[in-house]
Amino acid sequence: MNRRIFLGLTTALAMLPLSAFAQDKLPVVASFSILGDIVAEVGGDRVAVSTLVGPDGDAHVYEPTPADAQTVAAAKVVFVNGLEFEGWLDRLIEASEYKGPVVVATTGIEPREMAEEGHEEGEAKVEGEADDHGHGGMDPHAWQSLANAKLYVANIEAGLIAADPEGAATYAANAAAYLTEIDAAEAEILTAIAALPADRRSVVTSHDAFGYFAAAYGMTFHAPEGLSTEAEPSAADVANLITQMKAEAIPAVFMENITDSRLLEQITAETGASVGGTLFSDALSGPDGPASTYLNMMRHNIATLTAALES
Amino acid sequence: MIDLILTPFLDFAFMRRALLGCIAISIGATPIGVFLMLRRMSLTGDAMAHAILPGAAVGFLVSGLSLGAMTIGGLVAGMAVALLSGFVTRVTALKEDASMAAFYLISLAGGVLIVSVKGSSVDLLHVLFGTVLALNNDALILLCSITTITWFALAVLLRPLVLECADPSFLRSVSRLSAITHFAFLALVVLNLVAGFQALGTLMSVGLMILPAAAARFWAQGIAGMIGVAVLVAILSSVTGLLLSYHVSLPSGPSIILVAGALYALSLIFGPHGSLMARYLPRPHLQS
Repeated sequence: MNRRIFLGLTTALAMLPLSAFAQDKLPVVASFSILGDIVAEVGGDRVAVSTLVGPDGDAHVYEPTPADAQTVAAAKVVFVNGLEFEGWLDRLIEASEYKGPVVVATTGIEPREMAEEGHEEGEAKVEGEADDHGHGGMDPHAWQSLANAKLYVANIEAGLIAADPEGAATYAANAAAYLTEIDAAEAEILTAIAALPADRRSVVTSHDAFGYFAAAYGMTFHAPEGLSTEAEPSAADVANLITQMKAEAIPAVFMENITDSRLLEQITAETGASVGGTLFSDALSGPDGPASTYLNMMRHNIATLTAALES
Repeated sequence: MIDLILTPFLDFAFMRRALLGCIAISIGATPIGVFLMLRRMSLTGDAMAHAILPGAAVGFLVSGLSLGAMTIGGLVAGMAVALLSGFVTRVTALKEDASMAAFYLISLAGGVLIVSVKGSSVDLLHVLFGTVLALNNDALILLCSITTITWFALAVLLRPLVLECADPSFLRSVSRLSAITHFAFLALVVLNLVAGFQALGTLMSVGLMILPAAAARFWAQGIAGMIGVAVLVAILSSVTGLLLSYHVSLPSGPSIILVAGALYALSLIFGPHGSLMARYLPRPHLQS
């Protein structure tokens, strides 16, 4: 953890002079680390990407700093995820008086509605249902499906070409190369999931960010907390989850890199499920971590999932 | 009915842990709350809770979500604020409320600064608003030990503490124990807040310290009676709050405190001593 923070800080520091001195590169800003990685892949050498919420950061509840406002003000293009993921970003853009284009990476993606049924007394939680907190019922974690990532790439490519028409050929070539990589990763994931028995495809994670992943790859994710990291769970939520895990014999529980792990420890102690490892949902790990890039993150997640579910 | 009350605790270990944790806090923190109230220092509890934040934050930054580091950090920060403000009060012209406010504000600002400089990583508030549903063995042992220490310390300190409540200048004139008593008492406040923040978060734990004490004021006149009523009110709030959280699906920390608040409101109206009803709706005198 300490090492990761240190690495994150050093990368952040290393990025400052890069964006300041690389005059010939197009300065662009991405709101969080995963988006930043995709933008960097598409932009290649022609752009200098600054990321506002760095590795392991929680973009749901980020507090922007004045340095962020400066970064945004100096940018030529700002890339955001959209779907109300970065609630703080509108204010930041306004405050920094940034006038350039804001590219919403999820344009064209059909947002997943979160189920809005409340859990009345005695009513068991339905599979995949999550309480709706803060996002107005929309699930912003669209990047968890590689099919959506292809749309991200297309949106980013269009945004970069609009801002820097001279580099159109480079961006198109980068995007095409990256799309091939995405296809390869998607094939890997589909093969890995196909190898799992149908009754061993449900897990519990501490943060319900895998709605798109679940829908795209036919898995079920249960969460002790709602969609956002902001809400405190009630005893009823936890009790329902434990009952359900016992009833359906869910074999594995996964920690995430960003939420309170103490609650999961209690649930595993009570149900006897195994703790499967760390899944990355909202943020990349540091450069030396297992999820240093978006595709590494997706590969790491599926490897961790299958390892825990096969056993 | 009995089913509604017992099943959650019989079926789920996390509910039993939550209950045990809450009872430990109820027994340990409420006597402290009673003395805080009697010494007109109720808001001191709140100030100390804020003062603990930066220590816990530093502990969290140094070694992550570790019970030990966060507890020690909170203790150090809380004791530093308590000792410094007590020292300033006794040595300079500044009164206790002002010096306490000054030091806790400095401490709080330091905490916010540390959290912000740390910046993008885990939302520390999420951690600092601990959840009573996630108490592990270490946390329970810590809570129960602090409660035990509190009661032994109170047993030793009771006489001078009562005198401090009644007439601090008298105690100061007849004994040198006054300062020791004061600081030992502040140490107990910090200790119990640190215990409470493991379970309820720093800010909510003040609620379980002060509200039952304030409610007990309307039911009993002696200190022993008040402490007894306060502990009962706190335990009742904990059980009811947990059950509400279980049956109606509310976050557990706030529901416990709100139940305590409701009991306080009821006491305020119906209690036999100094309540609204006792003052303004006196029973007719017995007629012979």
